[in-house]
Amino acid sequence: MAWTREDMARRAAQEMEDGFYVNLGIGIPTLVANFIDESIDVTLQSENGMLGMGPFPYEGEEDPDLINAGKQTITELRRTSYFSSADSFAMIRGGHIDLSILGAMEVSGTGDIANWMIPGKMVKGMGGAMDLVAGVKRVVVIMDHTSKAGDPKLLKTCSLPLTGTGVVDRIITNLGVFDVTDDGLVLVELAPEVTVDDVKASTEAKFALAEGLVV
Amino acid sequence: MGKLYTDAVAALDGVLFDGMTIMAGGFGLCGIPENAIQAILDSGVKDLTIISNNCGVDGFGLGKLLDAKRIRKMVSSYVGENKEFERQFLAGELELEFNPQGTLAERIRAGGAGIPGFYVKTGVGTVIAEGKDHRDFDGETYIMETGLTADLSIVKAWKADPQGNLIYRKTARNFNPMMASAGKVTLAEVEDIVELGELDADAIHTPGIFVQRLIKGEFEKRIEQRTTRTKEG
Repeated sequence: MAWTREDMARRAAQEMEDGFYVNLGIGIPTLVANFIDESIDVTLQSENGMLGMGPFPYEGEEDPDLINAGKQTITELRRTSYFSSADSFAMIRGGHIDLSILGAMEVSGTGDIANWMIPGKMVKGMGGAMDLVAGVKRVVVIMDHTSKAGDPKLLKTCSLPLTGTGVVDRIITNLGVFDVTDDGLVLVELAPEVTVDDVKASTEAKFALAEGLVV
Repeated sequence: MGKLYTDAVAALDGVLFDGMTIMAGGFGLCGIPENAIQAILDSGVKDLTIISNNCGVDGFGLGKLLDAKRIRKMVSSYVGENKEFERQFLAGELELEFNPQGTLAERIRAGGAGIPGFYVKTGVGTVIAEGKDHRDFDGETYIMETGLTADLSIVKAWKADPQGNLIYRKTARNFNPMMASAGKVTLAEVEDIVELGELDADAIHTPGIFVQRLIKGEFEKRIEQRTTRTKEG
């Protein structure tokens, strides 16, 4: 059985380590915050200028001066600090953030990622995504394995305009977990009851099986 | 020479002209100069190049200038909250220059700091890098980005003193400090103007040298995505 959005977020939360500074993207990556192991200490960065992001406020306590990068109202913690966008991206570009978890429209077998534009159709912009994939120490993508139309999103080469080249370290989809290695893509985990053949049928990129992978 | 003006219309007197470049602070609708945007709309000035991380939403913030077709070109990182923006762009009515958000912030910081160019790895191998100078440092490839300045910067802060020293509040700081330094003229609008000496001099985010004009504004502070949790028990 393929993973749900919550399952994928729960799996992505396992990427976090004690003491990590982490930036979570918009969409499924935002859900990851709900599944962080309470035994580890993780600080969430929001690229609009905040370190130490707290949960959503209680109703009636929303503060228009306190939002995350998805423009959602949030709260501060005792550890929180605020700063300008220039300082925020000094943290990101300067390699001070340990982990970025973000969504994608396409990822290639060599770790290229496309997640900001569909020419002629969607004009939104890259926001902070290009800076994050270029500067953060480890980049993990969460995405559905195929598009809504059923087309593969793990490709030999991305067809959409790129966000970064050779920057993705790990991909978590509803079917399993892949690592981008110097030798190409490696399937390291399968979702329950998903077979390697299921994955092959909906993956364009070539991938190897990790040693010890339980199939 | 006093920096204090009665309102945004008075503060922008003699500053606006068609075809000018304006930097507008804010992230989404958080920390945006609502009063200056309204005054610019009311002035009728047009063919504007606007440098701002976003372009407001339909009918609010910079969306007001967009709806009135006063903007010729946007320099932004993300404009996804605005249907009219997408319509004008896809119809060829609007020029758009996308910058990665950190690159945009640093270009503005550099412009204000007198730095004409600098190198970043953000965007290498993407359309952002096309036509830009590439250079290797310690075996890694970087692209050159240029500093940005503007004819006018409009910024929003929480508190000011009459010298134009500014303190921002929470995530409403965002692009405002860098933009304050990069405008030939900078208009700061604030929620509260206090007496000299009342601000903690060690806590000032933008020193008054970067602010030429100052007003106490009135703010709607609209929330874009109201997200809450329910109290347990």
